[in-house]
Amino acid sequence: MTGEPLLSVRGLSVDFSTYGRRSQVLRDVSLDVPAHRHVALVGESGCGKSVTMRTIMGILPTPPARIVCGQILFDGRDLLAMRPRERERLRGTAMSMVFQDPMTSLNPVFTIGDQMATILKYADRRLGRVRGRRGRMARIFEVLGQVRMPDPERIARSYPIMLSGGMRQRVLIAMALLSEPRLLIADEPGTALDVTTQAQILKLLKDLVEDRGLALLMITHNLGVVREAADYVYVMYAGSVVEHAPTADLFARPSHPYTHALIDCVPKLSGDTTFRGIDGSLPDYTAPPAGCRFSPRCVLATALCDRPPSDRPVSAGHLAACWHLAEAAP
Amino acid sequence: MSAPLIEIIGLSKAFPLRGGLFGGIRGDVKAVTDVSFSLAKGDVFGLAGESGSGKSTIARMIMGLTHPSAGAILLDGLDLTGLPLALARSKAVQMVFQNPGSSLNPRRSIGQSIAVPLEARKIARADVERGVARLLDMVQLPADFSTRYPHELSGGQKQRIAIARALAVEPQLIILDEPTSALDVSVQAKIIELLNELRRSLGLTYIFISHDLSLMRNFASRVGVLYLGRLVEEGPTRKLFEAPAHPYTRSLLAAVPVISAEEEAIKPKAPIVEGEIPSPMNQPPGCAFHTRCPLAFGLCDQQNPEAYWLDGDHFARCHLLAPDAASLGAKPIETLKGENAG
Repeated sequence: MTGEPLLSVRGLSVDFSTYGRRSQVLRDVSLDVPAHRHVALVGESGCGKSVTMRTIMGILPTPPARIVCGQILFDGRDLLAMRPRERERLRGTAMSMVFQDPMTSLNPVFTIGDQMATILKYADRRLGRVRGRRGRMARIFEVLGQVRMPDPERIARSYPIMLSGGMRQRVLIAMALLSEPRLLIADEPGTALDVTTQAQILKLLKDLVEDRGLALLMITHNLGVVREAADYVYVMYAGSVVEHAPTADLFARPSHPYTHALIDCVPKLSGDTTFRGIDGSLPDYTAPPAGCRFSPRCVLATALCDRPPSDRPVSAGHLAACWHLAEAAP
Repeated sequence: MSAPLIEIIGLSKAFPLRGGLFGGIRGDVKAVTDVSFSLAKGDVFGLAGESGSGKSTIARMIMGLTHPSAGAILLDGLDLTGLPLALARSKAVQMVFQNPGSSLNPRRSIGQSIAVPLEARKIARADVERGVARLLDMVQLPADFSTRYPHELSGGQKQRIAIARALAVEPQLIILDEPTSALDVSVQAKIIELLNELRRSLGLTYIFISHDLSLMRNFASRVGVLYLGRLVEEGPTRKLFEAPAHPYTRSLLAAVPVISAEEEAIKPKAPIVEGEIPSPMNQPPGCAFHTRCPLAFGLCDQQNPEAYWLDGDHFARCHLLAPDAASLGAKPIETLKGENAG
């Protein structure tokens, strides 16, 4: 990737203390999200996707969480080293978030317009901008138009219950766009929706990245969505990034044994799927394996895997953290 | 072909719509309209469709949880619709629900939960205990799970327990309502493998409800596609996926996110359908899909299309398939090839 990425997470480790025990959740997570790029962070439940996203947004409750080490560079400045007020100013303005559940993320007793106006008011205050009620409504209609909502005036007057799931998802995207952010973090966009609606939402996100130059970090468990929408992928397992590559490369040459196994689990539209699954379960985060965290479930594991693997190149821009890359490659 | 295990004939369900000052009946919501299909013992019938298409209402009618407005449900030749609700059929038909977490009582141990259906069959206490162990073994869980509680189990393990409970009454037919949609793919694969093994070893028949078409392709032997409560296309899985005939099936398949170029190549080249499924409260006249159909022509908003057979066992309800469609102004389905919007 060329140039300085807008968002760069470097060696991030996060622990949680629960009931007097320490869970080592994130271990040395690094990822880059440049402008004009759609980057996906993919993994199964419990792999640390949401913790990563929350740490970036600064909405992780500390305690119980504790950031052990690492940097989160936004536009070259470390968010973790900033004073809280300074960081507060960025959140919901230069970087904003699209929440997952279009059914529960909206307040049922206020109209869409009211809820958007509140968000805009706070964003304006943080940025020291002054905008009257009329100016706010104009901006709200403009943004609803950008997410391709027919008749923005009518939508703004509607209550959430009057809108379908797909429209609510668009409203959530519109809310994130209100403050003209440069980085958008989307948590499982469209997964609660039907495939036809999901396809519309992915197309919309793609256009926003291309036309408005947004940097988009998408968190998802759906490999199909990743292949359809993202430019670059990070695969996460048990709190570590195990493989990352340009999307096409990852699906053409999945190189980490976990990525391999995961891709095998996805049912194929062509009908030739063997439902093998992956034996075992996620490691106990309070006592994770010292080396490769996938090794207890890995068919290729040897004594070598007791040491933490580092990223090794597969091809240009494609890296995998595995001691047995040569054997793992197809 | 042998006699079908279950035969659904002209099944319909309309819920009355109340409103106004005195709560009178203002109209009805046609959740399911004239659905017919049959399946032989050992088959897996997949019901596909978007939310609101009537999948769950059909399942509830077969289970006896909802009374049909019209139509018949024949199990082994016996019409279930006349029988007292639920009770009579609970031995023959069982259901596995989408959310394994909320279908288990958190205060009962796994053993107690599995024992309930066994006790209902008036089995001696000693046999109940043996039955629980045998059922746990069938779903490939160790016997000591019977002393555990639901919160100690993973999502996949809970779904195995739900399957064990369904198996307890030795049913002939199991309705699987999105059984894996809350699970990770690596766990889903294991559950699907288990369901396949049980089907083979016990001679079970499944009705499989899912919105995941890729999964359906690999699990179901026949597939029916529902749109606004009507079966718009039905056929053997392979034929329906390789040569989908209804424009709705085609756009549904085109929207499935896939993970390889091979799959991409077999997807029909249809544009992303605009808008969303209309409300069943005010269904469009004619073919219900015409409001979103890229190929709709004069006839489509006038008349509900009949079923056209493409083969002996594959049909679709679409005016484009009428022998005289071209003379009525229809564009052939093939004109959409190469115009993929995605």
